[in-house]
Amino acid sequence: METRKIEVPVMADLFARGEKPEYLFWVGCAGAFDDRYKKVVRAFAKILTHLNVSYAVLGKEETCTGDPARRAGNEMLYQMQALQVIEIFKMYEVKKIITICPHCFNIFKNEYPDLGGSYEVINYLQFINKNIENGKLKIDSESLKNISVTYHDPCYLGRANDIYDEPRAILKKLTGCVVEMERSRSFALCCGAGGAQMFKEAEKGDKEIFIERTEEALKTEAKVIATACPFCMTMLTDGLKYKNREEEIKNFDIAELIVQSLEI
Amino acid sequence: MIKQIIFAVSLLITIGIFSYTVNRLISFFRFTRPAFPVKDFGKRLMVTLEVAMGQTKIFRKPVIGLAHALVFWGFCLILFGSVEMVIDGLTGTERVLKILGPFYDFLMASGDIFALIVAVSIIIFLARRLFFHIKRFEGIEMKKRSHRDANISLSLILLLMLSLMAMNIGYVGYTISEGGTVEGIFPVAGIIFPLVSSMSAHSLKILYEASWWTHILLIFFFANYLPYSKHFHVFMSVPNVFLSRLEPLGKLPNMDNVTREVKLMMDPTTAFAAAPVGAPVERFGVKDAEDASWKNYFDSLSCTECGRCTSVCPANITGKKLSPRKIMMDLRARMKEKGPLMVKNGRDFSDNRSLLRDLISEEELWACTTCNACAKECPININHPTFIIDMRRYLVMEEASAPGELKAVFSNIENNGAPWQYSAEDRLNWTKDLEIAIK
Repeated sequence: METRKIEVPVMADLFARGEKPEYLFWVGCAGAFDDRYKKVVRAFAKILTHLNVSYAVLGKEETCTGDPARRAGNEMLYQMQALQVIEIFKMYEVKKIITICPHCFNIFKNEYPDLGGSYEVINYLQFINKNIENGKLKIDSESLKNISVTYHDPCYLGRANDIYDEPRAILKKLTGCVVEMERSRSFALCCGAGGAQMFKEAEKGDKEIFIERTEEALKTEAKVIATACPFCMTMLTDGLKYKNREEEIKNFDIAELIVQSLEI
Repeated sequence: MIKQIIFAVSLLITIGIFSYTVNRLISFFRFTRPAFPVKDFGKRLMVTLEVAMGQTKIFRKPVIGLAHALVFWGFCLILFGSVEMVIDGLTGTERVLKILGPFYDFLMASGDIFALIVAVSIIIFLARRLFFHIKRFEGIEMKKRSHRDANISLSLILLLMLSLMAMNIGYVGYTISEGGTVEGIFPVAGIIFPLVSSMSAHSLKILYEASWWTHILLIFFFANYLPYSKHFHVFMSVPNVFLSRLEPLGKLPNMDNVTREVKLMMDPTTAFAAAPVGAPVERFGVKDAEDASWKNYFDSLSCTECGRCTSVCPANITGKKLSPRKIMMDLRARMKEKGPLMVKNGRDFSDNRSLLRDLISEEELWACTTCNACAKECPININHPTFIIDMRRYLVMEEASAPGELKAVFSNIENNGAPWQYSAEDRLNWTKDLEIAIK
């Protein structure tokens, strides 16, 4: 198969050449540093390239949105980060932001406006779904058609922002076999990593939340657990390992499933 | 005339006690902090119609939710009859609202039918509490008092419904026996009356009078019992829904006092200036009841301890100490304890106890994943996560207290701009050797 190299456009380079992209693609810390999640970001970059989207990333100028600090109670640190990010956005005249991480999405969309940073914030699932609906992204491959998939709603897309339909609409294009967990949509159980839990040991209890959720996903007998959040991915992939099921059952991000289906 | 005087005196006593209670609560509300400005009345009306009148969130548990919705709708319809009873009682009229004509027939018929439906639902509720083990009615925060409260309130409602039914049977009975015209339509009483038709018109009249008084005096008692029990819910829940936070669940309220400080810090002309002398120092976050916003306190007074929040909390499900219901109950209990002391000694008074630590432990607060399952589930739009975060804010910003791993996250964000210890220089590593298939 013939391939061509993707040069991911960086905002500073574009500006130096006097170009201005339509979208800022916000990669997020997990996308930049988590080895497993890097693959998701790469998949989404392929989709952006495939769709010929005018975009750029901030690269080395990107920094934490402040979300984990804020949810852990450190409002001071959050606001310092946020004001810094808002300055960078101002510098590059950012108007539209695409995020993959739901936590970054939520904080840009709902919380930055309080500090004077208002943008059109688009989650990658909304972006992909819109491109499927307007016919730009054609998914006609049947390679995943018979693979059963269950979708785990990330709290910060679902309950926090009422995004339930887009991921399901996309998955239904990819496979004829989308199965729901017992608790889904607004009833979905958290993976256990929200609210800065990702970065600490859980409090004492009689079970880990990610195991409870993994067991629920396994009950569906789906072959793929689809996620849409870096933290959910860490938790559910860990859950599969813990249950010794990582060989037969895979955890993929929706962006990865699309790339698999498009074979790009 | 004597009847009217007795009625007026009972009503005055009821209103008197009730005003005392309300006044006391208002004095507690004065200690709380501002939340959001209450505007967008159109939106609020819609939320109230949907969540309160339509009972949409209670239907997240459809079966038992239906029983609750029937009780709620029944209450709303029966309320008209109660208003009529008050007017009749005060002025000596008989069924004064009959001037409403066909609408009166509707009100009486629905009240009569709903009295039975509510009674049946209440019996189901009582049976669930007394004979079945429902997990969400248990928990560390559910002391004997909560269970007693529930059983008393349910029994009172049952008595209210039984007296209403007896009243209707008595009314239909004696009016028919005396050959008079029944005002309003009473389908249930009409069915039951033939079973007791052997009673004389006189006894039926006594039944009517006795149950009329029982019913209205029970209402008066109930109104004053409620504010001292968890069933204050009956008064508070609809206003609480009307006063809902209208923002997406994912949004945390901004701390404007922090914004001011951060902006001062980031501005080179003010960064090293001394703080203005005499400016009031406001505590960051929530440590005690008076740090809560009026909305937090309103939430806590509206909570009826149904436990739907706790039953969906991922931390609680997996055996952690956190229970969102407990957080609300603790705030209410703490205000009840400290409120009177602050009324007497001022807002700054300290009794060497605080909501945080004496009632709510750090362990509970750090177990929250901010998943918002509790807030989504709450039938009356109570918001627990923002309050939990407010207590974390106090811990972190006033005491620099947080689990060690989170302190490391803070310093990583400060130093490398990421929660992990990686350099910003590596942020583009993921783009290496990225290729796309040419088709």
